[in-house]
Amino acid sequence: MKAAALDVSGLSAGYGPTRILEDISFAVPAGGRLAVLGRNGMGKTTLLATLAGQTRRHGGSIVLGEVDLTGLDGSARALAGLGYVPQHRAIFKSLSVEENLFVGLKSRPRAAIEEAYGLFPRLKERRRHLGGQLSGGEQQMLTTARTLLGQPSVLLLDEPLEGLAPVICEELMAVFGALAEARAMTILLVEQRIKAALEFADAVLILERGRIAWRGTPAELAAQPAVVERLLGVGH
Amino acid sequence: MTGFPVSAATTPNLWQRSARADAIAVLVVAATALVLFLLFPQSLALLTRIVAIMLLVLSLDLVTGYSGVATLGHATVFGAGAYAAGILAARFGVADPLLMLAIGALAGALAGGVSSLVILRGHGLGQLVLSIAIVQLAHEMANKFSSWTGGSDGLSGIMPSPLFGLFRFDLWGRTGYWLAVALLIIVFLVLRAVVRSPFGMLCRGIKQDPVRVRAMGAPVYFTLVKMYAIAGAVAGLGGALSAISTKVVGLDSLSFSLSAEALVMLVLGGTGKIFGAMLGTIVFVWFEDIVSAINPFHWLTIVGVLLVVVVLFAPKGLVGAIESVVSRMRGRKT
Repeated sequence: MKAAALDVSGLSAGYGPTRILEDISFAVPAGGRLAVLGRNGMGKTTLLATLAGQTRRHGGSIVLGEVDLTGLDGSARALAGLGYVPQHRAIFKSLSVEENLFVGLKSRPRAAIEEAYGLFPRLKERRRHLGGQLSGGEQQMLTTARTLLGQPSVLLLDEPLEGLAPVICEELMAVFGALAEARAMTILLVEQRIKAALEFADAVLILERGRIAWRGTPAELAAQPAVVERLLGVGH
Repeated sequence: MTGFPVSAATTPNLWQRSARADAIAVLVVAATALVLFLLFPQSLALLTRIVAIMLLVLSLDLVTGYSGVATLGHATVFGAGAYAAGILAARFGVADPLLMLAIGALAGALAGGVSSLVILRGHGLGQLVLSIAIVQLAHEMANKFSSWTGGSDGLSGIMPSPLFGLFRFDLWGRTGYWLAVALLIIVFLVLRAVVRSPFGMLCRGIKQDPVRVRAMGAPVYFTLVKMYAIAGAVAGLGGALSAISTKVVGLDSLSFSLSAEALVMLVLGGTGKIFGAMLGTIVFVWFEDIVSAINPFHWLTIVGVLLVVVVLFAPKGLVGAIESVVSRMRGRKT
């Protein structure tokens, strides 16, 4: 699927009647890479879950390319091209790696899983292992690969580097970079590892208590250490 | 991008391995069938009955073991197959056993597809109650339309013609038995392919995490409806086989108690495992047969004790227990 622009306007959402996000508006051009930053509990995960249709939307709109996703459920959004890799690596633990990938095929031919193995050769080596037997990094590769088999035009990555060794983080970030460049995929990255996120992104958005508190480019953010310290709690 | 260094284990082609495992499994089933045929020539009717019930339990395994749908009304699809084949033979004079099987499978698939549209609307206990309501409705309908079904007297007058025009359904049940074995092998191979296909994996994914599968863009509801229809065809075949081999269809083939027994057999053998469904049926029906002959008054108590023992000491069923013993023995060797 070709990369598509994502346009979010006035989005308010939460869990049940509780509102977590308030009046969120931003746009990511096709092939753009947006890093969503913020301290814990500021609404980053809720933002991605809302885009993926997994929370209650109270207002606002979400448009992917030419398609208005606002009224669609999570399944329809995925079919429209939104690929969501959740924070806790929702793999099927009692299925093998290959079987996990089969679940992601939907109506695509079996041979398509070679794409996943091309991207993550380690998965091919582990293809007969159960999902629950994989390391954290391998589980992250698996859930990412499975999402990519659905050929999304926009990829939502929720803290993909959480709890992983630095060498695996580098490996994963290299794959995300390659995806953004080779496939011109639009990527939204929520990440606590600020350095890695800023190196990857071409735009940054910082959330503070469910609202956008700052937006700009990585270079602009790097030039404002006070903002970094105040909104991200990181000193220079 | 290059991968991380891992142990250089060469992996044989997955599908070649599966085909080899299937061939071995088929040989085991055929050899067991032959041994049973030679050892118990007087019990071929019981063995054929076991295969018919086995098809029902395999079918239940597809929807419960592989797809996570809770049902206590699965006899609906078995009974639909039995009555469709029986009515075709008794009321329309269609006696070709293969045609009766085909009609049974079709009726089972239809009953499975239609009943799943209702059952899958519920979740957990609600789903269970819906499934019970459906089997009770089907049972009552079969009772009311007695001019077609024979009501509580049962549907009789089913006279299947010789198989392929050559093999009569004799008093000893030899033809019925070998037809049952052939059906079982075919169904076994088809189901192995189904559960290993991307569609089968999708169903297993739905069982584990339907929210995740939905978020991936897969149609959870219609995937399960499709699986229900496939399962219905399998159980319908079992029902038709039962009608052909016993030459009678009773209301018990559409009963809640048969549905519950099928679930017990599945749990006994191990859910989510084709061999589990097969082994659970053999052990349960055979055990029931032996115990009821030994003690006609308290046999249900003894069966109950067996179930309690299995559930307490082998919660993954007999096949799960065998697997864990084998894996422990392998662990000791290495």
